[in-house]
Parts: sequence; C-alpha cells; structure tokens
Amino acid sequence: MKIVLQFAIVAMSIIAIFTALLFSGQTDIFLKALHASALFGFLSIVVLALIWYERKLLARIQMRIGPMRVGPFGILQTIADAIKLVTKEDIIPSETDKILYWLAPIVVFLPSFVVWTVVPFTPSLVIQEMELSLLFILASSTLSIVGLVMAGWSSANKYSVLGALRATAQLISYEIPIIITALTIAMLANSLNIIEIVLSQSSQPYLLLQPMGLLLFFIAALAELGRTPFDIYHAESELAGGPFLEYSGTHWSIFYLAEYFNTFLFATLVSLLFLGGWLGPWLPGIIWLFAKIFIVISIIFWIRGTYPRLRIDQLMEVGWKGLVPLSFTNFVLTAVFIYYKWPLWILGFLGLMSILVIMFAFKQQKSSQPPSIMLIPSSEVRHV
Amino acid sequence: MAEQNENSPEQNLKQTQEELNPSKVSKLRSSEKSLLRLLENENPVPNSVISQSLDEIVLSVPTEEIQEAALKLRQSEGFAFDYLRCLSVVDYEEYFEIVYHIWSRLYRHKLTLKTTADYNDPIIKSVTPIWKSADWFEREGHELFGIDFKGHGNLKPLLLWEGFEGYPGRKSYPFHEYSEW
Amino acid sequence: MSNESTKNIESVDIMVNMGPQHPSTHGVFRMVLWVDGERVVELEPHIGYLHRGSEKISEGEIYPQVVTLFDRLDYLSNLNNEMAFCLAVEKLMEIEVPKRADYVRMILCELNRISSHMLFYGTMGLDAGAMTPIMYGFRERERIQKFFQSVTGARMMHNYIQIGGLREEPPKSFQGQLKEMLPQLSKAIEECDQLLTLNEVFLLRSKDIGIINGSDALELGLTGPCLRASGIVEDIRFTEPYSLYNEIDFNLPVGVTGDTWDRYAIRIAEMRESIKIIEQALELLPDIGETKAPGVRLIPRPPKGESYARVENPRGDLGVYIVSDGKDKPYRVKIRAPSFANLQALRKMSVGSYVADVVMILGSLDIVLGEVDR
Repeated sequence: MKIVLQFAIVAMSIIAIFTALLFSGQTDIFLKALHASALFGFLSIVVLALIWYERKLLARIQMRIGPMRVGPFGILQTIADAIKLVTKEDIIPSETDKILYWLAPIVVFLPSFVVWTVVPFTPSLVIQEMELSLLFILASSTLSIVGLVMAGWSSANKYSVLGALRATAQLISYEIPIIITALTIAMLANSLNIIEIVLSQSSQPYLLLQPMGLLLFFIAALAELGRTPFDIYHAESELAGGPFLEYSGTHWSIFYLAEYFNTFLFATLVSLLFLGGWLGPWLPGIIWLFAKIFIVISIIFWIRGTYPRLRIDQLMEVGWKGLVPLSFTNFVLTAVFIYYKWPLWILGFLGLMSILVIMFAFKQQKSSQPPSIMLIPSSEVRHV
Repeated sequence: MAEQNENSPEQNLKQTQEELNPSKVSKLRSSEKSLLRLLENENPVPNSVISQSLDEIVLSVPTEEIQEAALKLRQSEGFAFDYLRCLSVVDYEEYFEIVYHIWSRLYRHKLTLKTTADYNDPIIKSVTPIWKSADWFEREGHELFGIDFKGHGNLKPLLLWEGFEGYPGRKSYPFHEYSEW
Repeated sequence: MSNESTKNIESVDIMVNMGPQHPSTHGVFRMVLWVDGERVVELEPHIGYLHRGSEKISEGEIYPQVVTLFDRLDYLSNLNNEMAFCLAVEKLMEIEVPKRADYVRMILCELNRISSHMLFYGTMGLDAGAMTPIMYGFRERERIQKFFQSVTGARMMHNYIQIGGLREEPPKSFQGQLKEMLPQLSKAIEECDQLLTLNEVFLLRSKDIGIINGSDALELGLTGPCLRASGIVEDIRFTEPYSLYNEIDFNLPVGVTGDTWDRYAIRIAEMRESIKIIEQALELLPDIGETKAPGVRLIPRPPKGESYARVENPRGDLGVYIVSDGKDKPYRVKIRAPSFANLQALRKMSVGSYVADVVMILGSLDIVLGEVDR
C-alpha cells in the first residue's frame, strides 16, 4: 500500500509540474520537458534490454543459457527484478546521516541522466543542441563522484567509507585519460559540439586517425564505469559491497540504474567520437549508431566475463603509470601534427604502430620469463 | 609418582604394542630397519623403551623428558626428525598417552614417539619450540582432553564454542548418552 | 605527506572481521585481520564452526559405520578419506586387498582428485574476480559425479571403499564410461588452463603473493600441493606408496617460488597427471577378480594394536591413527587433516600483504572446513 501511495504522489507531482508549465505559457520548456520524459522512458527500456543482454551474453560465455522462464527467452526477467527491488523493504540503519543518505542516490543519478539531453542520436534528434556538448558531458559525469562519497560517508559503516574512498581515488584518476583523449578528438574536429565532431568524420572515422586514443578512452571508460577488470570497489568477495553496502531496495536500484545509464552513455560516446556515429551507407543513421553502440557494449560485457579483477593499487598503477602518460603523449603528438599541417594518416599509422609495439613488448616479457613449474618424473622421485 | 611414571611405559607394552619380535622386524621397510639398528646401538634418548607396532618403531619416554627427547631426536646425527606429522592424545582411563608421529626428510624414516601423562593432573611440556606444527594439535589436545601443555603460551579454545564445560575427548565424558534437550 | 605532519597523528589499526559468513572464505571460517591502511598487520583464524566430534562419534560405531563418517570429513574428496581409514584398518588386520578392487580404488581416488581440483579452479577464479572459471569447473565436476553415481550409487557421500575392498562390484560399463570420459576431461583441462593460468590480470593477482619458502613450510607442517609449491619434493604416493602406486609412472609437479600462482599451477598439472594414472590403471586392470578380501567379516574385529595410515588427499597428507582393543568398535580414531595443518601457515603467508591478497592466499591453500574442524 505504501508503495502505491508513493507512486501516486510522484505521478501527481509530475503531472502538476507539466500542467503548470503548459499553462504558464513557457511552451518551449514544456516541450523540452516532454521530450526529456520521453528520453527517460526510452533510456529505461534500453537499460532493461541491456541488463537482459548482459545476462544472456555472460551465460553463453559460461556455457549456460541465462534467464529463460520469465517471458519468452527471459525478456521480462529484468522487469521482474525491478518489481522485486521496488517492493523490497527499505532497511535504513539508524545511525546514518539522513540528509546525505537520501541525497546521495540523487546526486549520483542526476548527472548521468542530465547529460543525455545533449547527446545527439542524429543531427536532428537531440533535445538541446549545445556548442559545448562534449565539455558538458565530461564535466557532469564528474559530479556523480561526489554522490559516491556522500553515499559511503553517510552509511555508518567503516567498510562503506573505505569502499567510497577507494572508489573516489579510482574514478578521479581515470577521469584524466578520458578528458585528454576526448580533447584530442575535439582538437581534430576543431569543435566541442558532438554533432560537428561526428560530421567531420564523414571522410574517415577517428578510429583510423586515433587508434591509441580509442584504446585509452575505452579502457579508462571501463574504469569509470566500475566494470571488470576495475570493479574492485563494489566487488562482493572483498569487503562486501563498497559504498552501496547499506542501501537496499529502491535506493539501491537508483544506483544500479545510474550505472547502466553511464554504461550506455560511454558506449554512445565511443561510437560518436571514434566510430563515426550515425554515418554510414544506405541504412538510416540511427540504425548505424545503434549497431555501433551494440558492438561496443558487447565488447564491454565480453571483457566482464573473461578477466579477473585488479587490486586497487595495481589499478592505480595502470592508470597513472600507463594511461595518463600515453594520453598526454597522444595529445601532444596530435597537436604537433595539426599545427604543422602534416598529413593525419601518418598519425593514425603511428598510433597503430605504438599499439603493436606495446603488445609485442608485453608478449616478449611474458615469454622471456614464463611462469612455470617443474615436472619431476616418478623414476627420479622414487630414487630420491 | 616416579614409580607410576616408570610403570606406564611397561603398561603401554602390554596394552598396545608388541615386543621386538624378529619375525615382525623382518616385515619392516629398509629405512625403518636401519633406524632400529641405529636406535639399538646408540639411542640418544635415555630412559626410553623401543618397541614395534606393525610397521612403525615406537619409542616410549617418560613424561618429563619428552622435550629433551624430541630435541635430541631432531638434532642428533643419523636421526634428523624435522617433521612432525601428527600429535594425538589417547585416553586410557588410567593415564593419557600422547603419541607423536615424526618423519625425517633426510633419511626417509619415521618414528612414533610416545609418552604418558598423569590422569588427574596431566601436565606435559610442549614440543612447539622444536616442531612449530605442533601448535594447533596441542591446542586441540588441551581443549578436548584437558592436557596442559606447558610452554605453549596460547592454549585458547580452538574447536569448541566459548563457555563449553568439560573435556569431550575423555572417555569419562557422557558422549553417547549426552543430549542437549 | 611529510613525516613531520603525520608524526603526531595517532593511528590505530582497523580490525576487519571476515566473518563466518563471507563470500570468499571457503566454508564457515572466520578470519580476524588487523589492517593498517591496506596492509595486513596481524591475522587470527578462528575455526570450529563445523566441529561435529567425528573422532568421538567413531568410538561408538562399528568399523563399517565409521567409513561413512570419514566420507563427510573432507566432503570434496570423499573416496580418499575412505581409503585412508580402510588402509589403516587393513594394516591392523593384515589383510591384502585383491588386485582388481585395488585398481578400482586407485582409479576412483584419482578421479576424486580431479573433481576436487576442478572445484579449486573454479573458486580460485571467483576469488580473483573472474566469473567464468567456476562454471567450467563445475561442468567437469558434473561429468565425474554422474560417473560416480553410476558406480557407487551416490554423487557425493559414496561409502564405497570398504574394509577389505569395495562395497560391491563396479558396473559392467565401468571401463567403457571411463574410456569415453577421459578424453573429454583432458580437453576440458586444457580449456580451463587456457582461460586463467597465463591471463595477465590473474598473473598480477597471484604472482609473488603469499610466498613461503621450503624450510618455513616444513616447519609449519604444510603438506600436499602447498608444500610442493615451495620446491620440496614430497608426496605420500612416492614416499610411502599405498595401493598400487608403485606400478604407475607419472610426473610430480613441483613449484619454484612458493607463491599463489605456483600452488594453483601445481593443481592444474596434478589433474593432468591423474588422467595419466587412470589411463595406466585402466590398462592394468584385471578383468575378473574379487571385490573384497576373503575372510573379512561384516563386522570386523581387528586385533589389539594401533596403526597409522597416510594417503595423499588432494589437500595433502591425510593421516588416520587407529587404536583398537579387539572389540568391534575402535578405541580411538585420530584424524590428521591436511587443511588443519595448512591453516597454521596462513598467518605467515599473509602478514604484510594486502587485504585483497589474503583472499587469494586463502583460496590457494584450498582448505575444506569439514576436515579442519572434523
């Protein structure tokens, strides 16, 4: 009963806001609000599909089939899970700081939704076209880190504080490669507007000019999202749960939703910035965009199913000793190339070469001292 | 008191071990046969009785000398027992018998070291300074049988819950008639 | 962070309780860690949550009933435990097991080793954070457990190896099923190996973690793969061969560094060696033979005496010390469990490493609480 009441209150307040907007004459804000709600609905459905897809893909990698019973091929499984989460008892520990506790999910969730208003699906399908949309996206996604600290601190639990601090360290360090690589792309396209960035890829996608940038952006995005192999801060087998330890039910589902919104956002960013967005022959642009996003997301889930996770200090090492210097080098090199107006395909070639060199160096190191054990035949042991 | 301790190895012999019988000795493995010869010639442990049980050689020592015996067995030439495999406590209702199964990596021979402890006041020196792996075995022996291993230093309860009263390993504990409700 | 500014700050080590219910302690095991930042300063294991008094119970049961108790000690390698007890009683009674029964026993014990190591592989991956190895590992365990069901009648608590031999004749399809299963198992072991062993992230998580050198390992009483990882060549199947291991040739994996990766890799290699053992034993298996030694009564009454038998459990050296006073119930049964002794080394291995590493070290020790607590 309480839940029905809560839903009723929320629905009525939304309707009240809309009617107020409509009748006050601000029709463009009203239209934008309507579009934003439609976007929210669309994104929620996308998240449902993503969660289902992740479970199916992981299951196939692990030689199982995944959810099959709820709905045909388990399509309705996520809805069932959502209903379960919402109807769960909200256990709030008594010693939490109430204001921070209730604000934290909002602070984590709002930036991850607000940035969607400037993401263009096609040149015409964007809620608010901004000149600085890339900057806006990068800046807003940093805000949710504050919410994480609030969540960890307000739960009166030393493990969530530890988890929140670890998470903050991880997320802040991996912001740098993301921002620098995104700025490199902006430099190449000479604009911070995502629509113009995509349009400037009409001759070739930036994947060819910036293979190193794509790799760095992708790995740093994995760390930003808290996905394997960087998901130590909410890994269950460590200090059980991290900053979201004391959240249950609806509160926790907001964090979960924010995580999936972010996953979709970064996959879209990768497709828009590096893979050419909606550009492509004969099919309509939106289908190309979704196909590219689908491929990126599949790779993200694939990595989740394969790799173990890194320890927190190893994670920081990879970030600061590996990704940050490489992204800075990439940035400076691109700047030099643009300034001297050298042909850009050499840049792409250099990027590819450097990736191959790094892979080769890793392989050399592994095969020069391969970890191994000795196998002693029984005849030797018996004589000993 | 001293008499009781002198008698108990003899009691051991009657109860669980056999006297050194040449036909049984011939069934031992070669490493144990050479160990037996070594023990018969130069036994580093005084006051000990050598016997055999199936395929093991048993050395029984009096209660107070267990720590020196263990040390000598570890350090003497030709013995080098550096590995303690098992430490068990057996309740014979008139005395406790503590059995050490030890093994030498260098010479590949094994030995069973036995000693007894008084039933009403079981105190025995710990062998943890000599073999560190005896640590938890002695804790368990203390907890289940009530034997006080002097020199161990950390005889906290290991297996039973805190506040458990009694020594369930002893024969006198009413185990098979024990019911909680 | 200059030293002067932090000198006057009083810092206290945090006590972290990885309690009896925790996703990564394998069973009901409680570890209390004192942590300074991320480094472990002190570790105290608390056991006893699964203590069932097996040793005391067996003083009130007849010998064939005690075999079922031994099944439940190390519940991942049931047949090896039964083997240990039956070997001890057979030593006491001085009976010889017929050849066919002995070969079948050996084959079943080695298969049990493979299934136990498969579970180790899965949980090791889970501790490291990979979700796929456990699914692969359990799939192979299913195969082996189905085979066990057809031979012994039960998937886990078999109660099949009895005093004097086996409980009943293995089914006619015994050899056929094995011949079909072994290539599948080999292929699966290679798959599992490829997935995790040389994975860069797994190497980062397990190389040079929890190092213990050979002399320390011997001091603390380690046995089994944990001891062999430190470079010590010690295996009960070679030092005191039981059953028919003297007639089989196989390699012994021995590690170099004594770290977590070595303990893991040795078990993977042991799986391959077990398949070799089973193949050789299958060839040497006589087609006809008795299942039990003649003259063993239903309720055996071993003569007065004591005996100590050792087997190579997947976890190490399982020792059983039986004192008999001539009756139909044992006077004292003492179980020397390998995990009990291995756990004592946990403190030495973990102090000084990170909290996340303690989970990996505990996983690599491969303890089973059933035999730690008995």
